[in-house]
Amino acid sequence: MARIVAKRIIAPNTVRMDIAAPKIARKRKAGQFVILRAAEESERIPLTIAMSDPVTGTITVIFQMVGHSTMELGRLPEGGEVRDVVGPLGKPTHIEKFGTVVSVGGGIGTAVALPIAAAMKQAGNRVIGIVGARTKDLLILQDEMKAACDEMLVSTDDGSFGIHGFVTQVLEKTIARGDKIDLALAIGPVPMMRAVCDLTKRHGIRTIVSLNPIMIDGTGMCGGCRVSVGGKTKFCCVDGPEFDGHEVDWDLLVNRQRMYMDAERKAKETFRIAHPEPKSD
Amino acid sequence: MAETPAKKPWEIPRQKMPEQDPKERARNFREVPYGYSPEQAVAEAKRCMQCKNPPCVGGRKNKKTGEREGGCPVEIDIPAFVSLIAKGEFIAAARKIREKNCLPAVCGRVCPQEEQCEKTCTVGARGEPIAIGRLERFAADYERANGGVSPPPKAPPTGKKVAVIGSGPAGLTVAGDLAMLGHEVMVFEALHCGGGVLVYGIPEFRLPKEIVRREIEYLESLGVKFEYDAVIGKRETIDELMKEEGFDAVFVGTGAGAPSFLGIPGENLNGVYSANEYLTRSNLMKAYDQLYDTPIARAQKAAVVGGGNVAMDAARTALRLGAEEVTIVYRRSRAEMPARKEEIHHAEEEGVRFMLLTNPIRILGDEKGWVKGMECLRMELGEPDESGRRRPVPVKGSEFVIDVDAVIVAIGNTPNPLIPQTTPDLEVGRHGTIIADPETGATSKKGVYAGGDIVTGAATVILAMGAGRKAARAMHKYLTGGMRNR
Repeated sequence: MARIVAKRIIAPNTVRMDIAAPKIARKRKAGQFVILRAAEESERIPLTIAMSDPVTGTITVIFQMVGHSTMELGRLPEGGEVRDVVGPLGKPTHIEKFGTVVSVGGGIGTAVALPIAAAMKQAGNRVIGIVGARTKDLLILQDEMKAACDEMLVSTDDGSFGIHGFVTQVLEKTIARGDKIDLALAIGPVPMMRAVCDLTKRHGIRTIVSLNPIMIDGTGMCGGCRVSVGGKTKFCCVDGPEFDGHEVDWDLLVNRQRMYMDAERKAKETFRIAHPEPKSD
Repeated sequence: MAETPAKKPWEIPRQKMPEQDPKERARNFREVPYGYSPEQAVAEAKRCMQCKNPPCVGGRKNKKTGEREGGCPVEIDIPAFVSLIAKGEFIAAARKIREKNCLPAVCGRVCPQEEQCEKTCTVGARGEPIAIGRLERFAADYERANGGVSPPPKAPPTGKKVAVIGSGPAGLTVAGDLAMLGHEVMVFEALHCGGGVLVYGIPEFRLPKEIVRREIEYLESLGVKFEYDAVIGKRETIDELMKEEGFDAVFVGTGAGAPSFLGIPGENLNGVYSANEYLTRSNLMKAYDQLYDTPIARAQKAAVVGGGNVAMDAARTALRLGAEEVTIVYRRSRAEMPARKEEIHHAEEEGVRFMLLTNPIRILGDEKGWVKGMECLRMELGEPDESGRRRPVPVKGSEFVIDVDAVIVAIGNTPNPLIPQTTPDLEVGRHGTIIADPETGATSKKGVYAGGDIVTGAATVILAMGAGRKAARAMHKYLTGGMRNR
């Protein structure tokens, strides 16, 4: 059991939770994740640790309520308890001084990009942050990202805030203005990461992505999270979650993420009917 | 009238185990055998000859090979507990077993007795051996159902702290033994409940999880503490446990939890599972139960690749999850199948089909990326390989396709690398196993012991428990002997 110390809705359907997990807070490094289980009957959900505070012993996770399990987790109240929190899992991001690093975060992926951008900056890199979302309301962690980057560019697909367009367009302009980019990070929905990788590959910029396949134990025991990278099968939970984006088999990832789509859709409906949203929320 | 001479024990048939009807049980997750009634248990126990030098405990020398075989890996006083059952003293019988085995209800169900105690039973030499496993199960179940489980007296506290990593059979044995000897024991488990392979691997119908839970409660009554969701190697290293958290010794029982795959095309299609994933979804996450959220593929036609106990468990689980047709695909012949005969028999009775001397070479997918078939090759047996079994050789041009919508790969597991990777001074073998003294479990690192599948590679519950027993003995010596030698 782990206490939810603070909970805030930071964008529509987007929850930020600070959870008391002192041992994990002390140990975690950028890029690592935890697995959470809301209640005894719940699924195990992997979520990247966005922030942590070793002094107060809390870790922060940010997630979107998109299906049954994330809705269930998101409905847990501040002061309440998460049944299980396991971590830190996965390999930490490889941090070193590369030179100029561009961190591209799309939507909820910004929560994953933030700790990596911060660690990259601390290692002496010049960090350019590119943050995008569909619309203004869905932009998250603006202040935190600003603090973690030397320069920040914001875009929305509908032009309601910042640059009108996709993050790839912003990245393309950044490349075009002649900055020498030594490393790119792309974290967000698969189509976005894929588009970023297509672009950076053309420009010969090494690109790291953080993958989120379906997982159960997160310790290398089941192989449910297998992905194909450079033609080799990897377990995302122990070999990742970060990989060379130019080597990832995206079609396979998309396909495997859809494995339980029908069951998930049904579960979400059942949950909605059984747990109508409180009016005050 | 002349008295008819009493029948010799081997002339009396062994008591049959009452079981759920195969047709019915193939569609539910309830336990298959019901267990002996007290009358049956007494009748079976009376067949025991009470050997003075019991080979069921100590094993016997094989005259041909000169090697010792059979016997009980944890040295339960079998004749003593069997004689207590014969006298109707069931709770006393269970306590007798508990002197040597803290998991009797588990072992009575999943030990391969036919390779151990029952293999060398004297009665068995002339007829059917005493059903030692069933009697062990009976005593443990009787004790639990009749509120008889009470912790035996413990040694006074030694002031020493021990960390046990992994709550599988090896870890639980070490924890129980060391707690009895007065040490403070903390078990760290990566998953959200205890039991290791007993909860994620072995299905409910073979080992009800309630039994595992009760065995863990028993250990808690001995003072053993459990911390779940604790991934040692990630959250803390062994060095941190010893230097910062004050543990005087550590036992590593992290098992062989990393699944092997076939390495053939199509293996990442949807509907292809490692047996570990399939069983974890069903057993640990209870995907078969409507009340639980974790999904699992409800296959119509499932193929299970492999011939061990795990393959049988996966095949029988697939049936229970509603599959119309489940096929075991195994590259050797029936004689080489590593599964227990009883498991093969149970699977067959339930309608699992066996496609032997068959090797998958490719998994085929449909336009949605879901499995639709598996291409196989027929095999024939050639010369024996390094395992002593005849090597399967492909028959040229024998390719054929079977129609399936799920493939479960049950070809074995390798040791979990988390601890070896994060403990620099721990010596590791070629296959990722931790190198440990077979008699003491001592590793290359002072104060650190290991046992079970992480040392031997995937083996059995009872062998892991035997290793745990030996390690506990050595650790006690280390902890009370000034912690100088290993």
